[in-house]
Amino acid sequence: MQFMLLFSRQGKLRLQKWYVPLSDKEKKKITRELVQTVLARKPKMCSFLEWRDLKIVYKRYASLYFCCAIEDQDNELITLEIIHRYVELLDKYFGSVCELDIIFNFEKAYFILDEFLLGGEAQETSKKNVLKAIEQADLLQELNAFNVN
Amino acid sequence: LSCCWLIHRHSDKPAKMPAVSKGDGMRGLAVFISDIRNCKSKEAEIKRINKELANIRSKFKGDKALDGYSKKKYVCKLLFIFLLGHDIDFGHMEAVNLLSSNKYTEKQIGYLFISVLVNSNSELIRLINNAIKNDLSSRNPTFMCLALHCIANVGSREMAEAFASEIPRILVAGDTMDSVKQSAALCLLRLYKTSPDLVLMGEWTSRVVHLLNDQHMGVVTAAISLITCLSQKNPDEFKTCVSLAVSRLSRIVSSASTDLQDYTYYFVPAPWLSCKLLRLLQCYPPPEDGAVKGRLVECLETILNKAQEPPKSKKVQHSNAKNAILFEAISLIIHYDSEPNLLVRACNQLGQFLQHRETNLRYLALESMCTLASSEFSHEAVKTHIETVINALKTERDVSVRQRAADLLYAMCDRSNAKQIVAEMLSYLETADYSIREEMVLKVAILAEKYAVDYSWYVDTILNLIRIAGDYVSEEVWYRVIQIVINRDDVQGYAAKTVFEALQAPACHENMVKVGGYILGEFGNLIAGDPRSSPLVQFNLLHSKFHLCSVPTRALLLSAYIKFINLFPETKATIQEVLRCDSQIRNSDVELQQRAVEYLKLSSIASTDVLATVLEEMPPFPERESSILAKLKKKKGPGAVSVTELEDSKREGGELNGGGDRGPDTASTPSPSADLLGIRSAAPVGAAPASAGSLLVDVFSEAGDISSLTNPLIPLPCRFVCKNNGVLFENQLLQIGIKSEYRQNLGRMYLFYGNKTSVQFASFTTTVSCPGELQSHILSMHLLEPLVEGGAQIQQVLNIECLTDFSDAPLLNIKFRYGGALQNLTLKLPVTINKFFQPTEMTSSDFFQRWKQLSQPQQEAQKIFKANHSMDTEVLKAKLLGLGTALLDNVDPNPENYVCAGVIQTKGQQVGCLLRLEPNAQAQMYRLTLRCSKDSVSRRLCELLAEQF
Repeated sequence: MQFMLLFSRQGKLRLQKWYVPLSDKEKKKITRELVQTVLARKPKMCSFLEWRDLKIVYKRYASLYFCCAIEDQDNELITLEIIHRYVELLDKYFGSVCELDIIFNFEKAYFILDEFLLGGEAQETSKKNVLKAIEQADLLQELNAFNVN
Repeated sequence: LSCCWLIHRHSDKPAKMPAVSKGDGMRGLAVFISDIRNCKSKEAEIKRINKELANIRSKFKGDKALDGYSKKKYVCKLLFIFLLGHDIDFGHMEAVNLLSSNKYTEKQIGYLFISVLVNSNSELIRLINNAIKNDLSSRNPTFMCLALHCIANVGSREMAEAFASEIPRILVAGDTMDSVKQSAALCLLRLYKTSPDLVLMGEWTSRVVHLLNDQHMGVVTAAISLITCLSQKNPDEFKTCVSLAVSRLSRIVSSASTDLQDYTYYFVPAPWLSCKLLRLLQCYPPPEDGAVKGRLVECLETILNKAQEPPKSKKVQHSNAKNAILFEAISLIIHYDSEPNLLVRACNQLGQFLQHRETNLRYLALESMCTLASSEFSHEAVKTHIETVINALKTERDVSVRQRAADLLYAMCDRSNAKQIVAEMLSYLETADYSIREEMVLKVAILAEKYAVDYSWYVDTILNLIRIAGDYVSEEVWYRVIQIVINRDDVQGYAAKTVFEALQAPACHENMVKVGGYILGEFGNLIAGDPRSSPLVQFNLLHSKFHLCSVPTRALLLSAYIKFINLFPETKATIQEVLRCDSQIRNSDVELQQRAVEYLKLSSIASTDVLATVLEEMPPFPERESSILAKLKKKKGPGAVSVTELEDSKREGGELNGGGDRGPDTASTPSPSADLLGIRSAAPVGAAPASAGSLLVDVFSEAGDISSLTNPLIPLPCRFVCKNNGVLFENQLLQIGIKSEYRQNLGRMYLFYGNKTSVQFASFTTTVSCPGELQSHILSMHLLEPLVEGGAQIQQVLNIECLTDFSDAPLLNIKFRYGGALQNLTLKLPVTINKFFQPTEMTSSDFFQRWKQLSQPQQEAQKIFKANHSMDTEVLKAKLLGLGTALLDNVDPNPENYVCAGVIQTKGQQVGCLLRLEPNAQAQMYRLTLRCSKDSVSRRLCELLAEQF
């Protein structure tokens, strides 16, 4: 996977993760172009589209679009389920996740993503294992919070 | 709206308040985010952000040392501001402080900031690398994972240099925790992608491959991505992974849906791992070991069987995961392309999906079937779905699905269904989306040419194409129809009649006028017998379009008119009158004015004979790869036309351009100009439409593609070995001519750069380089004016001195700007060792005496080769003289043979060379023998000369 973008129906970017080196300018250009393309599509259309020499796989969850760019040989359907598993992870962690959770806890959304996907590839697909890693980290945080106070 | 749950729930649980902050709350951050969200306008938001940035800056610069918590909070705020799309140019130092902290919560935020706002400041990188090094050696798995995530996220060269040798060790060490192994594997993958030269698996290879056997499914899932990438680059070193992958896959495929516990996803066992395993196997040919292969075929059959079983769940996730594996298995079957049974089963399965209610599955089935169509085992099976695919093209609501249907129709097209498919594509074009019209036009043009059995159908199809989608018909397409008409005399009369009829339409596309003008100018005489299309009627018809056309088309029409004067003397007066009028002869466009003036003069002073010679019918074009195909390849990448290539390999006779062979001089042959006289106007280049994807360059010769980013090296046209003057290079923008002279070991080359456009080239620079061991060096170069005016020619002189013998040619690099785009081309200069020949006359006995003296095996080079050019005596003699040697008569006892002698002059030494060329006219073969006093010269001359005859 080359990158993943989360954006709202209003076109506001909520999370961006890049697995290939690109300049900030290029990233902004790609984001603008893709947000526009994906938002222009109608609900019943297929979840895949060709874009430049990449394949775009996207899915809408309530107000939020999850959009991944994969390479030619990559599997579209399994990417769709990568998106779903990520949503499930967020949902389980936040307890019925909504867009606001991701806005206010963007750093957590990044941490969860890093446990699940690394370098654009699935690192750990077990929901239990990913959440265990995040909960352990939270535990460490709380201990630290005690230390500080 | 932002409060909606992402996952829809059928419960009566009330909407919850979002977890405003989880873990350790950073209240300040939450307040700031709320503030931003409450901003009523973009201006208010920017104001609030600037206020915050000023605040953070002053805190960071303040005298009071910040505690970790505050630092973390401010760094998070900066991160948030960056993610809103604002530039952040500070805070890196504070982030580095945080990631060096031993408090997890601070470390984590520090790493996040660095991963998102990658910075190339070297001092900073040194500090970051230091902190990472500490964490990697901390033996605290959580810290190690954070450090590895950071490396994987940044993936810079500096990090690869620092850690590429350390991480493989972590990956295979027995005491490494599973979670660390997972991160290490993918971290290494990322480094390998950015700096493959720094990641060397070496001794670790076998242990890395054996991670496929790891008990922990997560470790296998992560490691396999690394193994796949490494296998693609070093298949031999990693080939033991094949049998391991097959047995792992077999265990997963045959497991019950609950065996794998948390790695089962909606009743599908380990879908991600299964897909990755199938993907890894696609890096290799089918397993050679019978048992392994048998086991794999069994797996593939099981996967195909499962597709027919009733679903275990109605959830879309279940079917997606299951079908992801199925599609990956089909990709593997197509990759092997050796199991007819599996290929046909795959095709039938995809056939079912073609009518599935899920749009996604229809899309993927169309896409996957496209590759199946190129296999000889399944091509016929794919063709049975033609009606469904045509229906998809007509009824699918989503343009991306229709695009796939068009691709598939193109892929399944062959002689048996070409007429139906082309007709369907043409009718689709009438309403097709703008985004795919250009590509559709190319496809129709290619299919029409490829499968035309009768040429009238071909001509009709292309003219229809111009009528329906004229704007999308690129130059390549209408060049091609003209080429084919010119090369096939049985279609010329029909073509003339058809364009004449097409031009009757009151509003016809300009491309139609171009084709019409060209064809009537060449073959109008074939229909002139009919009074309804008499010469004057033809002329008036063409001229009625003249004023509505652009300059390049008008230029073309003027050339058609002068051709008319030759074809039909009775039209001379009328046409001269047209040429003479002010709007032509005083036209403000230089090209048009020049043509009008010259044609008028030509028609009035030249005798009929001269006129007939000058305006003779165009000779057939040399056959090369269809330009249209080349364009489609460029557009879609080589994979896209695999079907066509497959067809090419088994093509039979009866095609439009069968039997043509490549000319030897293709590198510099200009495109078939759209111009009757071969005078190529600059206008088509300059007036190129801005439409996306329109290629301006000549696709017939690679040399034309000068705007390509790869800057291909333009090879040396081989005729320059025996010639010193001529056009070295030409494309639509630039012509480079050379004149050169050589004396002893010195040479002088004049380079003439002609600007063929009407605008000046900016920043025109040229450099000459002698790559590698090329010893001959260039002593001086005269500098050029920096500007090459439109239409102007400038000259450059190059002095050459040959120090010792050489085999490579010096390179000439030219850079300039044209229309804002940087043009960059590199070509070989025709400086070859034979240029330094001095002819030596000698008698027969001298010759044979020397021949015997040069009898050591290394001194001789010999080549037997097929004649590529005319074997005519005079042609051969001219070439041998052009070579620079003396051609000796009465030496060889066989008068059919040629014998030459000469001395190559270099600064350091003289090399005597004897040459014998024995033609065999019956076999169309030559034997060429060279004996020189220096081995390397024999070999080089032999290579050079073998291409000449």
